[in-house]
Amino acid sequence: MLIYLDNSATTAPCPEAMEAVTHALEDTWGNPSSPHAAGIKAEALLENSRRTIAEKLGCSSDEIYFTSGGTEGNNLLISGAVKARQRQGRRIVATAVEHPSVEAPLRQLENDGFELVLLPADSEGKISEKDLFESVNKDTILISIMAVNNEVGSFQPVSAAKKAVVAAGAPALVHCDAVQAFGKIPFNPHSAGADLITLSAHKIHGPKGAGAVFVKSGVHITPLTFGGNQEKALRPGTQLMPAIAGFAAAAKALPDTGKELVRISGLRDYFLNELFRMPNIAVNSPKDSLAYIVNISVPGVLAAHMVNFLSERGIYISGGSACSGGKKSRTLTAMGLKDEIIKSALRISFSRFTRKEDIDRLLQGLTDGQKRFLH
Amino acid sequence: MKEVILIKNGELSLKGLNRRSFEDMLTANLRRRLSPLSPFNFYRSQSTITAEPLDENVDFDAVVQRVGKVFGIAAFSRAAAVEKDFSVILDFAPRYLENSLKEASTFKVEAKRSDKKFPYNSPQICAALGERILNEFPHLKVDVRQPELTVTVEVRDRYAFIHENQIKGAGGLPAGSSGKAALLISGGIDSPVAGWMMAKRGLKLTGIHFASPPYTSPRAEQKVHALLGKVAEYSGNITLFTVPFTVIQEEIQDNCPESLFTIIMRRMMMRISSVIAAQEDCGALITGESVGQVASQTLQALACTDDAASLPVFRPLIGMDKDDVVSISRQIETFDISVLPYDDCCTVFTPKHPRIKPKLESVIRAESGLETDALLEEAVKGVKVDIIK
Repeated sequence: MLIYLDNSATTAPCPEAMEAVTHALEDTWGNPSSPHAAGIKAEALLENSRRTIAEKLGCSSDEIYFTSGGTEGNNLLISGAVKARQRQGRRIVATAVEHPSVEAPLRQLENDGFELVLLPADSEGKISEKDLFESVNKDTILISIMAVNNEVGSFQPVSAAKKAVVAAGAPALVHCDAVQAFGKIPFNPHSAGADLITLSAHKIHGPKGAGAVFVKSGVHITPLTFGGNQEKALRPGTQLMPAIAGFAAAAKALPDTGKELVRISGLRDYFLNELFRMPNIAVNSPKDSLAYIVNISVPGVLAAHMVNFLSERGIYISGGSACSGGKKSRTLTAMGLKDEIIKSALRISFSRFTRKEDIDRLLQGLTDGQKRFLH
Repeated sequence: MKEVILIKNGELSLKGLNRRSFEDMLTANLRRRLSPLSPFNFYRSQSTITAEPLDENVDFDAVVQRVGKVFGIAAFSRAAAVEKDFSVILDFAPRYLENSLKEASTFKVEAKRSDKKFPYNSPQICAALGERILNEFPHLKVDVRQPELTVTVEVRDRYAFIHENQIKGAGGLPAGSSGKAALLISGGIDSPVAGWMMAKRGLKLTGIHFASPPYTSPRAEQKVHALLGKVAEYSGNITLFTVPFTVIQEEIQDNCPESLFTIIMRRMMMRISSVIAAQEDCGALITGESVGQVASQTLQALACTDDAASLPVFRPLIGMDKDDVVSISRQIETFDISVLPYDDCCTVFTPKHPRIKPKLESVIRAESGLETDALLEEAVKGVKVDIIK
């Protein structure tokens, strides 16, 4: 049996999502914009899906726009917000540990002449509220802060951003990349104080190719692409109905967030307790991080070697961060960890399908791996 | 009208009595490379091979692309084969070459009449066709010395062929015409280029790759498959032997001095490769080494490596700069694959301070702690064989 513990990279589609995808392909393949019955049927599925996502996020369905996923969502919201507000200021504030799909569009804007302020992370991967308040000024037009760091699971003080905006009297919009948080913690736009939020389907057992953005009612941002009037012309193009239907079905199928978080925290605590029976282990995730993500190091064993070793045994985890493509982890570097720890960093990420047996198999694999490489 | 490829043999025609067997090999290679597109008939006369597709709807752009990658062809033409009728030739040529004639500003017409029964001689063909083209494309000027476009009419035994400027071929000698050699391929930039260069000299290739799971990932093997796939577009199919190398690397690490790790590892690679190569009837080994590039590629280190091989070791990149190697790897489209970030066995256990000028006697002494024969036998027994097309 395969042990899949790389759920921050992607998740296995749940049966509900698979069924919804198939059903949309077989039965609801009309163009949601067509005036005839086939189109009306597809539109009904589209709007139902939108309501499901809105309910899950805790907002109005008018505030949800479907996209192709996290990368597109982050690009759309960031450049859309900056374009819409560029006459009101030039400063953009973000954390130094954002996902590449946030950092890269920010760097583009920096090249275009905007002032980019990246807030440093502390040894727990978090930015300080003090830095945030000090960096937001009257010239600030966008603040982008991830809800949960994708490499170590640290929570960022997202809700402080709105307070900083008010305190400074800034014309800034607040963007939150909630790809790793959605469906895993109680999280809503109001409590987060966010105007713009990015979501992705395949991190919550939906299919790849769908995502959504939240744009607070009354907030206007400029589209990235132009065409028809789909998604109120913010994201034109015929909607990818099977993926969107799968996204909604996956969101609907999520267990109660609070109860599931308690269960996952139990698994995480069990994992860490058992892990400490192994000699020479480092835990890089802070204690109060999201229980779904655990970043550890087995010093002396290169991450790639351990990942290959476990993969041969049908256990799938990630080295550092799956997105970094061989590059040194930015978050772990920002946290000031030693090179030896960074090189051997492993990310284990749980899901609603993770069971205690999976953790036991992983623990056995890690123990065997450590012996294998440090013989 | 049908289109054909006319192939002018370059170096091949220099080969005297061997020519016929070289041409046979070239034709066989062409047939194999083109067969996915259409069955082809091949005709040979006067140092020209005519490749004629049997499928009328063949994608001729794809044919041209594939022919351009077959070694043993100096230059070739994409030509229209038409009836040997003077008025047909005059009517058809301007239409067939219309796009090129529109773009060019100067041209000339060349005619070759190998069928002497054809009632018009070459100067007559040139004059009549030149006049026709000038009438239809008044912007053109005739330039017999350096024309942008040369319109060629070749009246041969079965057809008259019409074509424009020749297309440069891949050059070299037909794959397989010089025998077979085994390429040691890691996944870096150099070895695919080395393989391509030797294939160009007529060698058929066998691949040998050393894999060290779990230190190396399955991605590293995928990468080697992809690289050889690119080389195979030129060389033809490559049989790849993937050798399990983990145990050997660990044994070297445990039993030999760290500073000699790389050189002893390379000697083991040479021994294993020599055995596999001999079994596969290969007459040589090929590596991507060049002098001075890294510590294991000093003269002394290369001498130590050679000592362990029982076949000649060809190193076509030996005197090349990295830039030149990179530019070939871009040309044969292996560069973007080579730079993918997966560790190969050569980067596992790399010593911090490798011996730059190892002495053979001390290397032999250093590896005496290894059970060389047993390790070698075990590794050869464990090889995985794939055919890369």
